Amino acid sequence: MAMQQTFTQRLANPTHFMALSARLLPWLASAAGVLIAIGLYLALFVAPPDYQQGQTAKIMYVHVPSAWLAMFGYMVVAASSFGLLVFRHPLADVSAKAAAPIGAVFTSMCLLTGMLWGKPMWGAFWVWDPRLTSVLILFLLYLGLIALRSSIEDESLAGKLTAVLALVGIVIIPVIKFSVDWNSLHQPASITRIGSPAIHASLLWPLLVMTTGMSLLFGALHLKAMRNEVLRRRVKALRIVRADAGTALAQQSAG
Amino acid sequence: MDFGPHAGFIWASYAIVATTLSLLVAWLVLDGRRLQRLLDELDATGVRRRSDRADPSQS
Repeated sequence: MAMQQTFTQRLANPTHFMALSARLLPWLASAAGVLIAIGLYLALFVAPPDYQQGQTAKIMYVHVPSAWLAMFGYMVVAASSFGLLVFRHPLADVSAKAAAPIGAVFTSMCLLTGMLWGKPMWGAFWVWDPRLTSVLILFLLYLGLIALRSSIEDESLAGKLTAVLALVGIVIIPVIKFSVDWNSLHQPASITRIGSPAIHASLLWPLLVMTTGMSLLFGALHLKAMRNEVLRRRVKALRIVRADAGTALAQQSAG
Repeated sequence: MDFGPHAGFIWASYAIVATTLSLLVAWLVLDGRRLQRLLDELDATGVRRRSDRADPSQS
């Protein structure tokens, strides 16, 4: 427990975070690159066509990881928001702010690849189906979080208000998860279901490799975005110090 | 590599993901470089944060 507190306290210091993340980032990015390259090879050249959907099922290898990371990204935003409001962890707001645009990008990829999969399978790019609609709401929630934060100049107030909205919005995650059971065109869960996965190993393995690779990429992007945010706050703090020093000098010369 | 009659949809999906992720990576890398350059410029002018000035290891 004492060790955990020490680690958390050390990580709460942005200087320690920058040092640790600088060491971790190249490894994370490299592992993501290697796994995605292997995953793409398995998906495009090794995995057989699906017995019902044929080669169109290859869209699954980019659509499913995007969908998973769209939801995971929101959980990162919500957990970080909780950390800010309850524990006042100095890096929690940095994490929430950094994760929102990345989550929005993965959600947009999920929606676009889903539309491209839907057209040949369902005959339409878009239907107001519970799963599709709830993912669209998730995308709008991400945009709302980004817009709310950028509309408030006070960084601390913006962080707190955005955190409250993020925690209220977490209700969308179970809605997305269970929406496939509500008279949906979308197929139900094939991997994360009770019992064994309803997908053959020859299709499952490429999907797992792609999902792991893209998850590591998400981690690397989030870490990089957090580092950028720490730098942005340092630049802002230094500009304020410089402006204060300029004002004091002007007052001295005037006096 | 024959992806059948729906090859256009498959390639479009992969192209969208590749392009979007490349743009995201480029944005983060370029933004990081721009911020680091700004920070270096401010450091060069001798401006120090209060926390830096209070830290004995920085003096």
